[in-house]
Amino acid sequence: MWHVEDQKDQSEVRASGAPAGRALARVEVSGDGVRVHLRGRLDYGTVGEVWGSVFGGWPSGAHGGRLDVVVEAAEVTYCDGAGLGLLVELDRRARQQRGTASFHGLAADLTRLLERAVLADPAGPPVAQRVRAIEYIGKTTSLMLADVWMMIGFLGELVAALGWAIAHPRRVRVADTLLVAEKAGANAVPVVCLLGFLMGVIIAFQTAAPLRRFGVEASIPTILAISMVRELGPLITAIILAGRSGSAFAAELGTMKVTEEIDALTTLGLVPARFLVLPRLLAAMVTTPLLNLFATLCGLIGGYFVMLSLGYGLPFYVRAVRAVVEPMDLLQALFKSLVFAFLIASIGCLRGLRTARGPGAVGDSTTRAVVAGIVLVIVADGVMGVVFFYLGI
Amino acid sequence: MALQTETKLNAHREPVIRVRDFVATYDGRTVLKDVSFEVFPGEIVVLAGGSGCGKSTMLKHMVGLYEPAGGAIDVDGRNVATVAGDERHELLRSFGVTFQGGALFGSMSVLENVRLPLEEFTNLPREAMDIIALSKLALVGLESAAGLLPSQISGGMQKRAAVARAMAMDPKILFLDEPSAGLDPITSAELDQLILDLRKLLGMTFVVATHELASIFAIADRCVVFDGSKKTVVMIDSPQRLRDQTENPWVHAFFNRQRPEAAAGKVPVIS
Repeated sequence: MWHVEDQKDQSEVRASGAPAGRALARVEVSGDGVRVHLRGRLDYGTVGEVWGSVFGGWPSGAHGGRLDVVVEAAEVTYCDGAGLGLLVELDRRARQQRGTASFHGLAADLTRLLERAVLADPAGPPVAQRVRAIEYIGKTTSLMLADVWMMIGFLGELVAALGWAIAHPRRVRVADTLLVAEKAGANAVPVVCLLGFLMGVIIAFQTAAPLRRFGVEASIPTILAISMVRELGPLITAIILAGRSGSAFAAELGTMKVTEEIDALTTLGLVPARFLVLPRLLAAMVTTPLLNLFATLCGLIGGYFVMLSLGYGLPFYVRAVRAVVEPMDLLQALFKSLVFAFLIASIGCLRGLRTARGPGAVGDSTTRAVVAGIVLVIVADGVMGVVFFYLGI
Repeated sequence: MALQTETKLNAHREPVIRVRDFVATYDGRTVLKDVSFEVFPGEIVVLAGGSGCGKSTMLKHMVGLYEPAGGAIDVDGRNVATVAGDERHELLRSFGVTFQGGALFGSMSVLENVRLPLEEFTNLPREAMDIIALSKLALVGLESAAGLLPSQISGGMQKRAAVARAMAMDPKILFLDEPSAGLDPITSAELDQLILDLRKLLGMTFVVATHELASIFAIADRCVVFDGSKKTVVMIDSPQRLRDQTENPWVHAFFNRQRPEAAAGKVPVIS
């Protein structure tokens, strides 16, 4: 039945790794199919080259593409996972080309292993679907819109939870709230003070040189006070809050989601928004305005040291600051901090609660919480700036 | 009392793993002590015992993840805790390890997980690597999940994929931590048969930490039995002898699936 039409290849290969071994492959192609003779040791060191010599010139098959494969393996002395892979591929190729593969002379154990290792689907490895640009844009837009919709829904849920907290103050989890307040608030005081101080020093220094040229360096406290109190104090605090606590909220709740703790809460009849989000939200909203005061005060102290180096004393500096900072400025800053805290805490919690499955999901949620938190803060700052301007505050 | 019941098969062979006077501590607390046993080439040794008895701790020390607080673990004549450099890499490559939770890489598909060791340690053509990885997945019944991410498959499937990844390079020794926990009985039995086939065909040595009695009786040549209350190994023998002939009431109860009091005859056996 079989006759040698074309001796496709013959290779003798030294195994590269220990233990040393040799493998031999000979392929005979006939009108009806392929006969593959295998000899020697089929292992990870030898199969690579045998693979190339067996499949390098694989025929497309005769009679409408049908191809039968006969494998002569009586002289195979050793076969590991790589050799098994070779046999699996021979079987797959035969079935892919509507033929059959028969293996002669295989050891009984190897036959049993091969029967279990052959691929059910002769199509081979799954090919990753390439996403077209238009499809990608559409999918991303749809996801973003769904995200915005989800965010609106979640904000509504939070407002309802806050309303519930006001109506039932005794049922708020005070211990949890205080714990979060300590972590997100008290523990953040050193870094907020340090950054506020440095910001004050930097702004004072940066403005000192140009103002000195015009002889108006005495205006430094005015510029510093307005910028620190109205803008930089709340912003620095918010950015630190997003980096420290927004990310922590997302990671904590995300891990709880992955470990099914959120599901457990839900099945116990507890509302995650009240049980987990409310303490974080309240803690952030209480502590952030206070942190803002620390940042602003430290910024002003930093500016004072620069003024001192320029020969201005404390009475002058305090007078200059008090002349421009009004109670309404402070209230405005505290209100901003309150809004920023609400946005950062809620987006952190939302990202955590919406964490997908898998180990990378918590990291993704954390990143998105920080980025979205900072973006929302800047946008909200801009909106509030315009509103306050038109209100004449 | 001689712990080790040497089979005739092992009498003249050099052990591939030798655990000597091993001690493990956790936060200064001793969790295992005075543990000594050997594993011979081609043998399937089960580390058995109740939950929290130290099976996984033992296994993790055997693969060199933790350093023993006392004693030594030699694999292929090399101390796993102190071996370093290229020798360590070579030793680690001769292991395959699966962890209780699967520990698949979440950012890679199941196929990519299994293919990873082949990419790193062989010069095979990409097509060959794909087919070898797929054949390993077929062996554990997961071929159809090849293109999915670990997060898209069940816990049991993740365990099977982890076994496929661990045996990607046909390691000499395969360490399996609770491989059949969470699997249905049929899949679990198939996995047991796979272990036996791989041992027979490839001469692999297996160290399996499990408390699944069905698996223990199906695959184990010998069982190293850990007693959590004594923090040490109490018996080493074949599972059949441990079930039928042991005088240790706790071990008898464990291998006969009874409460220890029932095994000691203090309360009636409720079946």
